[in-house]
Amino acid sequence: MQTSTLGRKPRMAVHKFASCDGCQLTFLNMGETLLQLADMVELVHFAEAGPVAPDAEVDIAFIEGSVTTEHDLQRIKQIRSNSGFIVAFGACATAGGIQALRNFADAGEWLSAVYAKPEYIDSLATSTPMSDHIKIDLEIWGCPPNKDQVLGAIRAWLYGTLPEQAQDKVCMECKRQQAVCVLVAKGMPCMGPVTQTGCGALCPSFGRGCYSCYGPAEALNTASLAGWFEGLGLLPEEITRHFRHISNSAPEFRDAAANIISTDADHGH
Amino acid sequence: MVTNKRTVALHVPVLARVEGEGALHLRIRDGQIEDLHLEIYEPPRLFEKFLEGRSYEELPELVARICGICPVAYQMSAINAVESLSGTDPGPWVQAMRRLMYYGEWIQSHALHIHLLAAPDFFGYDSAITMAKDYPQIVRRGMRLQGLGNALIRLLGARSVHPVGIKVGGFHRAPSMQEATALKVQLEDALQDAQDLVAWVAGIAVPDRDQDVTLLSLEEPGDYPILNGKIASNRGQSFAVSDFEKHIVEHQVAESTALFSLFNDQPYLVGPLARLNLNLDTLPESVRTLAVKTGIDWPSGNMFHSMAARAIEICYGITDAIRILEDYGEPDTASVPVKPPAGVGYGATEAPRGLLWHRYELDEDGLIRNARIVPPTSQNQARIERDLQHSLMAFGLDKPDKELQLHCEQVIRNFDPCISCATHFLRLSTERL
Repeated sequence: MQTSTLGRKPRMAVHKFASCDGCQLTFLNMGETLLQLADMVELVHFAEAGPVAPDAEVDIAFIEGSVTTEHDLQRIKQIRSNSGFIVAFGACATAGGIQALRNFADAGEWLSAVYAKPEYIDSLATSTPMSDHIKIDLEIWGCPPNKDQVLGAIRAWLYGTLPEQAQDKVCMECKRQQAVCVLVAKGMPCMGPVTQTGCGALCPSFGRGCYSCYGPAEALNTASLAGWFEGLGLLPEEITRHFRHISNSAPEFRDAAANIISTDADHGH
Repeated sequence: MVTNKRTVALHVPVLARVEGEGALHLRIRDGQIEDLHLEIYEPPRLFEKFLEGRSYEELPELVARICGICPVAYQMSAINAVESLSGTDPGPWVQAMRRLMYYGEWIQSHALHIHLLAAPDFFGYDSAITMAKDYPQIVRRGMRLQGLGNALIRLLGARSVHPVGIKVGGFHRAPSMQEATALKVQLEDALQDAQDLVAWVAGIAVPDRDQDVTLLSLEEPGDYPILNGKIASNRGQSFAVSDFEKHIVEHQVAESTALFSLFNDQPYLVGPLARLNLNLDTLPESVRTLAVKTGIDWPSGNMFHSMAARAIEICYGITDAIRILEDYGEPDTASVPVKPPAGVGYGATEAPRGLLWHRYELDEDGLIRNARIVPPTSQNQARIERDLQHSLMAFGLDKPDKELQLHCEQVIRNFDPCISCATHFLRLSTERL
C-alpha cells in the first residue's frame, strides 16, 4: 500500500471552496473512524478540524466546494501542483453546486442586489466544478456524499487502486429495497430514473420523489422523464426547476432544462 | 494603562476550527488596539437571489444547502415563515416531532463544537485528533453524543446532513413505533454521558471576562425556546418575529463597509449562552439543577461560559427528547396541507448558534418574489469584535504574538461562528492592503 511505497504515512489535505461545509462533515461525523483515519494518514491541512497548512505538499487531497472567485482559480492551480491524487467530492466540486444557478442569470445584477458595495466582492460570474480548471483524479458525487463512498475511496487509494463507482440509477436501488415506485404508484415527480445511486434511495424510501442530489446517472433519458412529468400535469417551468436544482450545471441536466425551455418557446408560450 | 510601545500587526489568514473560512486582523500601535476585525472572505453564494422564482415547496431542500452543519435550522425557519403566512397550525404531533429533530441538530452541532472545535485549546492541543491520544474517553464520549444527535436527525430526516424528511406542513414520513422505541433507549443510555459532559466542561478553567451583554432569543411560553414565540431581550423588551426589521438595524461602521446588526444601537448576542441566560427557569428540574451545580452564577455575561451552556443544552435536548418519545404514537398522517396566499411570511427559530430569521414574499402561485435571511453569525459579528476588544485588553496586549493569537481564536470560537452561513448574507468588506 501507499505507506510502503512512500516509506512514510501518506499526507492528506481537505480543502474548502464555495460550499456549505456539509462534505467536510462527512469526515467530522465519522466519530471513532475519524481517529482511525488519522492513524492511517497524516492530516496535514484540514482547517475545520485543526491543522492549517494550505500550501503543503500532500499525497492525497479532498476538495469541497466550487470555483467562484479569481482567488479560487489561483488556489486550485496551486493545490493541483502540490497534490499527488485529487478527489473532488460533493455536488459543488463535481458540478458547481446549487450556487451554479447564477450561471443562468446575470450574476453582476445579483451581486448588486445582495451587496451594497459589490465592487468589494471578489466574485466570478459563474460557479464551476473543479474539473473545469484542473485534472481531477476521482470524483465523488452527492449532496452530501456518504461516508462509505469517502472511506472506500481512501481505502482503495491506499492500496493503489481506484474505488468501484456505482453507476446504477436510483431506480435500481429502489428495486433492490423493494420500495414502492413513487412516480408510478403515487404520481409524484421523481428524478430517480436519471439520477446516480449512492444515497440509498432515501427520498423514495421516505415516500417522496428524488430531487437528484447525487447528479445525473450514465445512459440517462432526460427527455423521456420530462415527458412523464408533463403527463403528471407539470408545467414546463416546473419541469425545468427539477433539472435546475442541486446539480443544475451538470451538462446532462443543463441541456435537459435548455431543451424544455426552447421547446416551450417554440410552442409559443 | 499599557506601557508597552511595540507595534503588533497580527494577521491570521485562516482561522482553524471554525465553520467556514474567516481571517482576523489585529493592529496594535503604542499599546492601543488600532484596528481589529474579523474578516469573512468566503465567496458569496447568492442564495437570496436564486430563491426568487422557486416554489415555497422547494424551500426545505434549497435553504438546507446554506449550511451543512445546521440544515435543520434553515428548513425549520423557512417552513415556519410559510406556515405563518398561511395561518397553518400543523398540530401537536408535528410540533413535537419538529422539536425532536431540532434537538438532534443541537446535540450534534454542540457536541461537535465542544470537542472538535473548542476544547482542544484549553488542553494545549491543535485538534481533537491529537487530544484523543491523551484523552481518549473524553473525545470518544463527545463523538458518541455527536453521533446520537445525528441519529435523532436521521429518525425523521433519513440522513443528518441535508435531511430529506421535512416538508411544509409536517413530514414526508412518520417513524415507526419500533424506530422510535429504539432511539428512546439510545437516548436513555446517553443521558449519563451528557450529565458527565456538563460536569467536565464546568471543570475547565476559563478566563473571567464578565460583561454586561445585550441578549436576544425566542421566548416560548412554558418551554425552552426553539421553534416558536416572540423575540425577547434581557433589557425588558420583546417583539413579534414579523417586527424583527423594525428593531434590528444594520449599522454601517466608519472606515468599513461591513454592516453590523444592532439592537437599541448596541451589539447583541444570540446563541446558547443568550438562550440559557434568558430561559433558565423553563428548563426541566433535573437539567436546571445540573446547571446550578456547575457553580456558574447564571445569568452569566462571560462568553467563555458558552461551552457550558452548550453542554447543558445537550443534556436538555436528550432529556426532553426522551419525554417526547415516551408519548410517541404513529399518526394517521405526518403532515397537513398548506396553501399559502400571496403575501409576506416571517419565521424564526433557534439554530444551534442562535436566532435564525427568514422573510419570504410569495406570489399567488406560491413562487418566491424575494427572500431575506439573517443568520445568527452575522447578528453576532459586532458582538464578536466588541468581545475581542474587551478580552484582549483584559488579557494584556503586551503578551507575545502567539499567545495573543491563541486568545483571539478562543474568544472567536466561543461564539461558534458559522461563516458558511454568514457569508451568504453579510454585507461584507474585503480590505485589500
